[in-house]
Amino acid sequence: MDAILLQVLNGLDKGGAYALIALGLTIIFGTLGVVNFAHGALFMLGAFCAVSIKALLGLDKVTLDPTQTTAWGTPLEVRQPYVEVWFGDWGATLLEYSVPVSILIAIPVMLLIGIIMERGLIRYFYKRPHAEQILVTFGLAIVLQEIVKSIFGANPIPQPAPDSMQGMIDFGAFLGHEAGNVVYPIWRLTYFLFSLGVIGLVFAFLQFTTFGMVVRAGMADRETVGLLGIDIDRRFTIVFGIAAVVAGLAGVMYTPILSPDYHMGMDFLVLSFVVVVVGGMGSLGGAVLAGFMLGILQSFASMNEVKEIFPGIDQIIIYLIAVVILLVRPRGLMGRKGVMEG
Amino acid sequence: MSKFMINRRSLLKGTAAVGAGLATPTIFSSKSWAAGYTNEPKGGTVTFGFNVPQTGAYADEGADELRAYELAVEHINGGGDGGMLNTFSSKALKGDGVNGKKVVFVTGDTQTKSDAARASAKRMIEKDGAVMITGGSSSGVAIAVQGLCQDAGVIFMAGLTHSNDTTGKDKRANGFRHFFNTEMSGAALAPVLKNAFGTDRTAYHLTADYTWGWSQEGSIKKYTEQLGWKTAAAVRTPLGAGDFSQYITPVLNSGADVLVLNHYGRDMVNSLTAAVQFGLRDKQVNGKDFAIVVPLYSRLMAQGAGENVKGIFGSTNWHWSLQDEGSKAFVKSFGQKYGFPPSQAAHTCYCQALLYADACQRAGTFMPSAVGKALEGFKFDGLGNGPTEYRAEDHQCFKDVLVVKGKENPTSKFDVLEVVEVTPRSQVEYPASMLGGELGPYNNGG
Repeated sequence: MDAILLQVLNGLDKGGAYALIALGLTIIFGTLGVVNFAHGALFMLGAFCAVSIKALLGLDKVTLDPTQTTAWGTPLEVRQPYVEVWFGDWGATLLEYSVPVSILIAIPVMLLIGIIMERGLIRYFYKRPHAEQILVTFGLAIVLQEIVKSIFGANPIPQPAPDSMQGMIDFGAFLGHEAGNVVYPIWRLTYFLFSLGVIGLVFAFLQFTTFGMVVRAGMADRETVGLLGIDIDRRFTIVFGIAAVVAGLAGVMYTPILSPDYHMGMDFLVLSFVVVVVGGMGSLGGAVLAGFMLGILQSFASMNEVKEIFPGIDQIIIYLIAVVILLVRPRGLMGRKGVMEG
Repeated sequence: MSKFMINRRSLLKGTAAVGAGLATPTIFSSKSWAAGYTNEPKGGTVTFGFNVPQTGAYADEGADELRAYELAVEHINGGGDGGMLNTFSSKALKGDGVNGKKVVFVTGDTQTKSDAARASAKRMIEKDGAVMITGGSSSGVAIAVQGLCQDAGVIFMAGLTHSNDTTGKDKRANGFRHFFNTEMSGAALAPVLKNAFGTDRTAYHLTADYTWGWSQEGSIKKYTEQLGWKTAAAVRTPLGAGDFSQYITPVLNSGADVLVLNHYGRDMVNSLTAAVQFGLRDKQVNGKDFAIVVPLYSRLMAQGAGENVKGIFGSTNWHWSLQDEGSKAFVKSFGQKYGFPPSQAAHTCYCQALLYADACQRAGTFMPSAVGKALEGFKFDGLGNGPTEYRAEDHQCFKDVLVVKGKENPTSKFDVLEVVEVTPRSQVEYPASMLGGELGPYNNGG
């Protein structure tokens, strides 16, 4: 029972990441009709926003200590971050909370990146076949990850959570199980709650604002909305920016869970597409539901008891589920009629 | 009047004579006869081929290997401060190249993929005239390229490859490894683990599902079980699994009190990060402090795990903090040129370049069989690992092995590991026949 509880918890943060990426993919596909293979790269760029903010906050004041030398004979560099020099303990706290602080910076940065991507490249492919959209966005993803690698290197870069959020919550004790048997890191729980919050905000934005109403109308019938005199293209540019922000925030908050490297976007991209397909192309609710469902199932499939019966199941479970769901329900869990059909 | 008669016999004789006459100029100048071996250098230079990961997950390690190779070439040709040439016990190299030829080099990108690595090695041999191939950051790649070099008739001086198979069941006459292997890691770590954690322990293994992971798991299990440890489970994880939390959580209630992470590079960083996040480093099981072991450490990679490596044991081939004359000379040379200390990958690659050059100089030729014979049984010192021997039977270097621990109070971002034990060669040595395989004959190509 403890093992099952643990894997359910495990699936929540992973599912949160899948859901956030898939949500952005679905918004872009539903509004612009673009299959965006660069969406994983946006997740990665969000993570590297956090890396950059930490690097900026951690810029060191370097002084040479002539009394000490390095192993290769040069004077030893004594480093202290400027924020600590200037602001003392407050500066040190700011540095420690660099990941949450990065959220504030990542929102405008990712919005800008999204708008530049859409205006600079994606809009030229709105009416092109999906195969061409996939090729160009996949190429863009490779270019972006190579740029990141050339700046930050290929190795993962650690981004620890703030000290106050590094402990664990003992769910076992809450539920009357043996203490210490069902634990869950605070940061992962934070990530899960954060993803629920972002998903809620996106839904509220689309549901309860005039802008959201127009976007939903555009998703349903783009031509009619255009005939009503509404500049749908401008709104869709902003929608692309919002989808980039959602992916970016998912990346920022994921950095303490997985040390960011240039390739992390690709790791999530394929799985997120499967999530979109399983949830139903164009269905926002389906993307969220499928994200959490597949995250939890992936965790279950990694249990030793399951792997003993089905060796290697952990590596194919998501694709297996996708095949089964598409056979039983070709539009996906919550797919709308007419989307990607003929 | 004489008769001019042509019969079948005279026609054959005449044809043979004319054929031989026409062929004479080309037979004696053709590459296959005149050279006698693949890519025999003709001019004033000899070309080395450095096959390292320049793209992909191990690109940073590959970049460090390339830096070391460039430094080695500089020193062999008489440039710089000479580095470890000054401390190397063999004095055959004089800083004027090898066998009177200046060393030049070409590079290839392995991408840490066997097929890409073979293609780049093939290109360097066939198009660029490389007389040897060296480098790499993966056992799968090393074994693939070693096979190619055997077939092509050039020497392969392996880079970072830790699987037993490289000089075990997949060994080849043309291949040589300076780096240690999983068998040695297990033998070196076991006594340290015994002292630190005792003999009544239960280990849980997470293992990268490929040749190196299997090799590492087998070795560490063998030696820890000899100590009396039990193995709770050995779980294979896919390469590049990303977040390892779903593999870590079963450890919590498994009854194990030691987690062995048979992972390298990005997988090691991610699995160790997840293990620490789930509190394994601070957990108590069976009344004992839970322990985590990373059998193969890389300082370069350990930096990616940040503070998570603190207090965690592992083994390494070499570390820049060593205080022998060879290590100090290399760190000084490398640090002054690049501004930071070399990694173990850089060290092994630098050594391999020097050892190959030295063997060629002593053999007086670049012919693979002669160079191989010069390396076989070669005993040397001054290259940072103490007295070392290239064992003739399997072309594996034998030397002391370092056991390291994640440093509690690092003084810089490079100061991640501390050496806690130098396990002597006698404790990590094993019979050559133990790991199977056959060297077979040398191939000089041609």
